[in-house]
Amino acid sequence: MDNPTLWPLTALVFLPAAATLVLLLLPRDNHELIKRVSLFVTVIVFVATVIMALPGITGAAHFSLDADAVAEMQAVFQVSWIPSFNIEYFMGMDGISFPLLVLTAFIGMLAMGASWPITKHVKAYCVLFLLLETGMLGVFLALDFFLFYVFWEVMLLPMYFLIGVWGGPRREYAAIKFFLYTLLGSVLMLIAILMLYFNSDLRQLSDEQLVAAHVVPDQQSVAAWRSANPADGAAADVPRHTFNILALQQLGQTTDQFSNSVFTEGGKSIQWWAFVLLFIGFVIKVPSVPVHTWLPDAHVEAPTPISMILAGVLLKMGGYGIIRICYPICPEAAYDLAWVVCFIGVVSMVYGAFAALAQKDFKRMVAYSSVSHMGYVVLGLGVWSAVAPSFNADYWKMGMNGAMFQMIAHGISSAGMFFLVGVIYDRVHHRELDKFGGLFAKMPVYSGIAILIFFAGLGLPGLCGFIGEVLVVLSAWNFSMVLAIISAFVVILTAAYILWALQRVYLGPEYKGPHPEALTPITPREWSIAIPLCIFAIVLGVYPQSLFNYMSPSVDHTVDALVEWQQRQAPAALAEDDDVQRENADRDRVLRRDVESKSKGERQQPAPAQVRLGWNRASHDALPEPESRRAAVTQAGKG
Amino acid sequence: MNYEQLVQSVIGDTENSLRKFLPELILCATILLMLLTRLFAITRKILPPWLLATAGAGLAFFLAAPWVHLSGEVSTAREEIFTGMLVHDAFTIYFRAVLLFTTLLFIVLARISGLSDQENGPDFCTLVLGAALGMCLMAEANHLLIVFLAVEMASVPSYTLVGILKTNRKSSEASMKYAVYGAGAAGVMLYGTSLIAGITGSAHLPTIAWRLSEGIGTDYQLVLVLAGLMMMVGLAFKLSAVPFHFWCPDAFEGASAEVAGFLSVASKAAALALLVRLVIGFTSPPAAEPKRFEMKPAMVATASDAASNASTIPVVHTLEVKESDRQADRVAGMRTFLAWVIGVLAAITCTFGNLAAYGQTNIKRLLAYSTIAHAGYMMMPVAAGVAMMTANPVGASEAFAALLLYVLIYVFMNMGAFAIIAFIRNAIGSEEIADYAGMVRSSPGWVVCFSAILFSLVGLPPLAGFMGKLVIFAGLVDAGMYWLLFVGGINTAISLFYYLKVVRVMTFDPEPETRPPLRLRLASIPGLYVLVLTAPVILLIVQWNGLYRWAEAACKTVVGF
Repeated sequence: MDNPTLWPLTALVFLPAAATLVLLLLPRDNHELIKRVSLFVTVIVFVATVIMALPGITGAAHFSLDADAVAEMQAVFQVSWIPSFNIEYFMGMDGISFPLLVLTAFIGMLAMGASWPITKHVKAYCVLFLLLETGMLGVFLALDFFLFYVFWEVMLLPMYFLIGVWGGPRREYAAIKFFLYTLLGSVLMLIAILMLYFNSDLRQLSDEQLVAAHVVPDQQSVAAWRSANPADGAAADVPRHTFNILALQQLGQTTDQFSNSVFTEGGKSIQWWAFVLLFIGFVIKVPSVPVHTWLPDAHVEAPTPISMILAGVLLKMGGYGIIRICYPICPEAAYDLAWVVCFIGVVSMVYGAFAALAQKDFKRMVAYSSVSHMGYVVLGLGVWSAVAPSFNADYWKMGMNGAMFQMIAHGISSAGMFFLVGVIYDRVHHRELDKFGGLFAKMPVYSGIAILIFFAGLGLPGLCGFIGEVLVVLSAWNFSMVLAIISAFVVILTAAYILWALQRVYLGPEYKGPHPEALTPITPREWSIAIPLCIFAIVLGVYPQSLFNYMSPSVDHTVDALVEWQQRQAPAALAEDDDVQRENADRDRVLRRDVESKSKGERQQPAPAQVRLGWNRASHDALPEPESRRAAVTQAGKG
Repeated sequence: MNYEQLVQSVIGDTENSLRKFLPELILCATILLMLLTRLFAITRKILPPWLLATAGAGLAFFLAAPWVHLSGEVSTAREEIFTGMLVHDAFTIYFRAVLLFTTLLFIVLARISGLSDQENGPDFCTLVLGAALGMCLMAEANHLLIVFLAVEMASVPSYTLVGILKTNRKSSEASMKYAVYGAGAAGVMLYGTSLIAGITGSAHLPTIAWRLSEGIGTDYQLVLVLAGLMMMVGLAFKLSAVPFHFWCPDAFEGASAEVAGFLSVASKAAALALLVRLVIGFTSPPAAEPKRFEMKPAMVATASDAASNASTIPVVHTLEVKESDRQADRVAGMRTFLAWVIGVLAAITCTFGNLAAYGQTNIKRLLAYSTIAHAGYMMMPVAAGVAMMTANPVGASEAFAALLLYVLIYVFMNMGAFAIIAFIRNAIGSEEIADYAGMVRSSPGWVVCFSAILFSLVGLPPLAGFMGKLVIFAGLVDAGMYWLLFVGGINTAISLFYYLKVVRVMTFDPEPETRPPLRLRLASIPGLYVLVLTAPVILLIVQWNGLYRWAEAACKTVVGF
């Protein structure tokens, strides 16, 4: 198979890991050199992703904005890896993963820049940092479930040590708590992965679907593939399992392979359990209430750059997993549990906001604000408001786009907030909100930057935080007015804790804490990290379309596919009802049958033609949704 | 058949068998040679026992040649050798190779760490090879007599190996405990063996399976179950499965780390092989009634002894209607029963081992409980495999293959861990976890290796232990044993605690003042040894398809589809 993007993407992901070998050769005591080499590597990675993003540049691995490619998986390559288990070395990117990839490279670079104050075991620090970066980049590119899981877990160990060795006073407790929570989540995830694997059978997919899921490279090789995996004859009951995430999505949406019940006869289906297990695994990473308790500890104890990574990138993996894996693979379960998902999101928002309000530690307050802000992401992903009879998916699309935007925006603002907290912590070595005050007078530039970033976090119109929040809240209205009102109310709470914190730290007549002499203006290194974050916060706030151009085709595509699935469920039932009505005109029986067929989870197998139609429409339909979004954006600009 | 014919066919069979038995023969020859070289001062000098042992084990491993037999080029059909006492198939080849490889690693380790250089070095090497021979026989057993003999042959040298540190009271105590416990377990197992042989009138595994499937035991079901459980006692002792694990922490604490490593890997691998042999042996009757060795088709009529009488007891004639269906039912019943027994035992063993490990302060005790937990993990695929044998033989063979892959990975992980413990003991004279504090500052390379091995034992990707866990869990999902899967999953999370404790002490804690300085370099012979064992643990993720294929090939002939 010809894989032009094999080496570019592999090099991108493994460059940081390979660079650790170079670091090992450097003299242990030359801290400056080690840090510079590491920074250089992270800069290269970032520049590479930017080059991939730039329109007009064509080459093996780049992100195309062409109308026919932008919604699809791009730069895909696959190499057979472990044939015994059908595991492939399979990567690619679309509008959902690519912005997160760029964000990862961006935050990784800034966090490395913010690592200069680290003086303990610098070599080990940089090695672990670069290994962590490889894991993060890999998670967003992997399209094979096994590969995804390996990258997901690869991040654990470096993170554990980075918190545990370089962290604050309670670092060991925080590190092991982080480790245990994540490991528990990932063990559940592994169980779900295996459940899906053993219940999948690729042979049921149509030719088009096989090509779309990159099981085979093109239409011509379908026949060869089919003869290699015969569906009849002696090998008829030897299923062809798969770890291919795209194929699993197709199987989840167009076949009933994941609809059988497990554990007990007539109990919940495989996809219900898989969804629950995967969702727990991802939501621990997000993190949402009630599994969020590792986050404040880990954030507070971690050194500043690691807090930036945690807030800026790691939390996004939870959201990414939900949108890439949970929803598309298990649509039925996702539909059934939409309320649970939204409820968890709203509870996190409210709880996180109240908890942030109560904190006395500056960093802890920022950590709880992350819990609150990531609640928007979960809510936005969960608002499955497309229901019969109209199946209007516009609001759900708005919610998902908002959630994705919120992830990027939060990655920028929270990384910035942690960095800015770190800046003053480096100077005065305490973080108690009540013992600050009057920083504006002593560090005017720093305070200006800080206020901008905190306002971005607050969701002030014109800055990046606003767009995601407003889209999510608006979309929630159509799903549930109660949830929408509560989530709108959270905006006030957010304003309260952020403004109150700003007031206590930056305003006021004089500084009340220890080491007042250390409050020096920020250094060029520090502002060169803060300024890019400020620029992104403003650009995304004023011109969000710059990000939506990359993102929303793929997001809409995902939503459309799910709504397609939903429509196939409903019309099947409706059509059945019509027939019966014509024959019997017995309304009660129809209803009963409808209920029965739903409760039994009978799913109709769609004809391939219908599926094809669906895919085409998804990419060509001019949907009214961009208008509403643009309106919101214009409002944001005006505000 | 007259006497002469019998002798002729025995000779023919033996010649053929000896050829298949070559690696074991080499071990025997090496043992003899070592005993002879002790007699003269000159040979003692020229041929030190460790050199002979290394050469012998190496040659045996080379002749075992799994790379030839498991690649599919050479036919490895199931073949009974020595008149049906042993069986030679791909499974034999795989386990023989793993056991000999472990023995080789162990002898090299004992040489590097100085354990085999003491005055009783020759005894030590003889015992090791003797134990290895017994373990190989365990993996090849096809007859209850051999089962018992092999278990004893592997155990008795192990008792002595545990007590090899003569002046050490703890070591002697451990040896004593191990021996007493082992003797008790062996007695119970022997009783179980005799019950089964008594009921079925044979000790030849396929014959037993055939007769059981014919329903010979229906009137004695309770006795059969009792006999099966008694045999499980003996196996559970070798596996250190709960509740027969009490010897394990004490024996490991008393024994030198090298010996503990050898026992934890080789002894356990052999016990697992035997478990699979017995479980499959009892529950998969051959397609036709097995012929007694000398009863070649032409000579059936003359055979008339007690055993052949037993085979023609009336049961066979009364069950003519749908005999095959009833056979299948009985076999399926036995399989379900065994799957539950092994599954429950695995779950308890795994959970207990992981919980008990948490409170340990001695690294060897901690790893002893860790091996108990891993025995639990490794019994899981056996349960899954047995459960699937009726409905899904392909899945069953994959489940057993998962066990085989795990065993191989386990060799590297545990030998590596115990080797590091042994070398650190040589450096600081302590095996307390607290004395490992702050090692990372003086010996970073070693700490990285040890941490990789410990995290691999947890089963974290990308380390090798993860692949083992993955294939085992895959087998459980395939068998639909979700309850066991959840037990395994939760246990993985629990086990993180205590492995992490060791890593934490090594990396986070300050160095204790009372400890002698500890500087271990990777660029030394012990360092290279550790590196050689750690490298597969770290690098296996790159490509493990080949190893899995071997494991698969090894299991195909066993399940026999």
